[in-house]
Amino acid sequence: MIKAVLIDDEPLARSIVVEYLRAFPEITIAQECNDGFEGVKAIAQHKPDLIFLDIQMPKINGFEMLELVEHPPAVIFTTAFDEYAIKAFDSHAIDYLLKPFSKERFEKALQKWLQHRNQHDPKPNPQTLLSDEVRQPEERSRIVVREGSNIRIIPVHEIQYLEAYDDYVKIFTAKEMFLKKKTMNFYEKSLDPAQFVRVHRSYIINLQQLTKIEPLEKETYLALLKSGMKVPLSKSGYAKLKLVLGL
Amino acid sequence: MIIAALTWWLSLIIIETLALVSTFQFGITIAMADVVSLNLLIATAGYITFISLRYYQPNPKNAVYLIIWSIAMAAICTIGHHYIMIRGPFPREATYYAYLDASQLIRGLLVWLMITLIGVMSWIWFFLQDLRAGERREHDTTKLARDAELASLRQQLQPHFLFNSLNSISALAGSRPEEARKMIQQLSDFLRGTIKKDDQQLVSLQEELKHLALYLDIEKVRFGHRLRTELDQAEEAKHLLLPSLLLQPLVENAIKFGLYDTIGEITIRIKTLSVDNQLLITIENPFDPQTSQPKQGTGFGLNSVQRRLYLLYARNDLLTTRKAEDVFYTEIKIPQPA
Repeated sequence: MIKAVLIDDEPLARSIVVEYLRAFPEITIAQECNDGFEGVKAIAQHKPDLIFLDIQMPKINGFEMLELVEHPPAVIFTTAFDEYAIKAFDSHAIDYLLKPFSKERFEKALQKWLQHRNQHDPKPNPQTLLSDEVRQPEERSRIVVREGSNIRIIPVHEIQYLEAYDDYVKIFTAKEMFLKKKTMNFYEKSLDPAQFVRVHRSYIINLQQLTKIEPLEKETYLALLKSGMKVPLSKSGYAKLKLVLGL
Repeated sequence: MIIAALTWWLSLIIIETLALVSTFQFGITIAMADVVSLNLLIATAGYITFISLRYYQPNPKNAVYLIIWSIAMAAICTIGHHYIMIRGPFPREATYYAYLDASQLIRGLLVWLMITLIGVMSWIWFFLQDLRAGERREHDTTKLARDAELASLRQQLQPHFLFNSLNSISALAGSRPEEARKMIQQLSDFLRGTIKKDDQQLVSLQEELKHLALYLDIEKVRFGHRLRTELDQAEEAKHLLLPSLLLQPLVENAIKFGLYDTIGEITIRIKTLSVDNQLLITIENPFDPQTSQPKQGTGFGLNSVQRRLYLLYARNDLLTTRKAEDVFYTEIKIPQPA
């Protein structure tokens, strides 16, 4: 049995997937979700093999939702019009269906996945789906994180700095710290390079929060942030910072 | 214009003839012949000058060409006149011919003055015409650009809306064909409303609200489970005027903002008022102050309405937004035609 979860904020849009799925008796629909929050919970609860995911949804979009899922299942995007997504996901998603899509197009997408699945069990690692090159449909202006069963949305301007922590990245705001399973490279690429600078192998700072650069020892420096936090700068990081600041 | 010029010239000929007759006691025939032939020559030279200036307009730096030209024309006219008077079949009055010879130089100067005057006047005439044509062209170009911009601003239909609506129809077609047909009807009526209207056209609020209702009906098919709308309409505002298709993009923006920034049911409130001979429309949508982006709510819809209002009224203060707790307000003021 194959379990699927449908995540789309329009009930009618989900109903068409439900209808088309009747041609695939081996697939059962574990749950239908109205938004990304429900989606995250449903995926944790049902551990589906496949999800149908809309991109534009309340609060958190489809991309942000996927980032919150520990072991994302295979994804078929269903979206009305999203040129960025189409570009970005061309090579990564199992498929993306442009609304309104025909039954033939839908079945083609599923057949492709089913074949792929039979040939290479275990299923394709969905993490590669969201490769580090994948950009958000819009400039990343916030980061969505999970805190236990809560989901928090952090506007990027509130971030003080990011720190590498094994397989995770620690995200510091003035008051709190969040953990996110991502790489430093991911954030270095996906955050606005005019605002966020990687000043050290393990640190990325927010320039809007930078107040002072002070020498620590010979040839090493510390960045002082508005919150009073201090971040070490590597030699090359210091050079890069000077370049970005135009010093 | 031509009649005025001819009358003027005819009176000039009569006055000049009378002056010659009374001053020098010439015979009326010879005096008339003198004046008419000279004036005909001047008129011809002036006409040639006028025509030439139509095709070549010297700039002030090349005014010297105009002077040389007028001197040459004056010389030709004077010599020509002399020739006509000597060879012409006129009474041989000795006093006249003495006068003709003696007045050669002063006559030449007079003719030159006349031709120069005609030249300068023609030059100014063409210069002003060019200037006016340039202004008209510029005005036409700006108007065309403005019209095109207005048209494109007005017709910017959100592709998301269209494709999602079509998707809903596709879903309904399978399970509830009657409703699918109804939605096709609504979508068609809405689309027809967006293309038939003229940019500059002012419509009554009542008519605009009718168009908005079509849009809201479609959105409710998609989001009926979450979307509520309330319309609070002041009776006296009903017949006030506003540019067509202004309201829908504002409401669309409010709906998107409300739907995507919150979870659960949302209510969009639209209030219309008549204040100081202005139409005042307020649109309210809920939002989440904790997570919403500072940029949000000033999305494309608002920018395009702002720009349209500027193009139509040359004012930037007609669209305003404000936040209070978890409600976002979009307000427009529409001045009423006097």
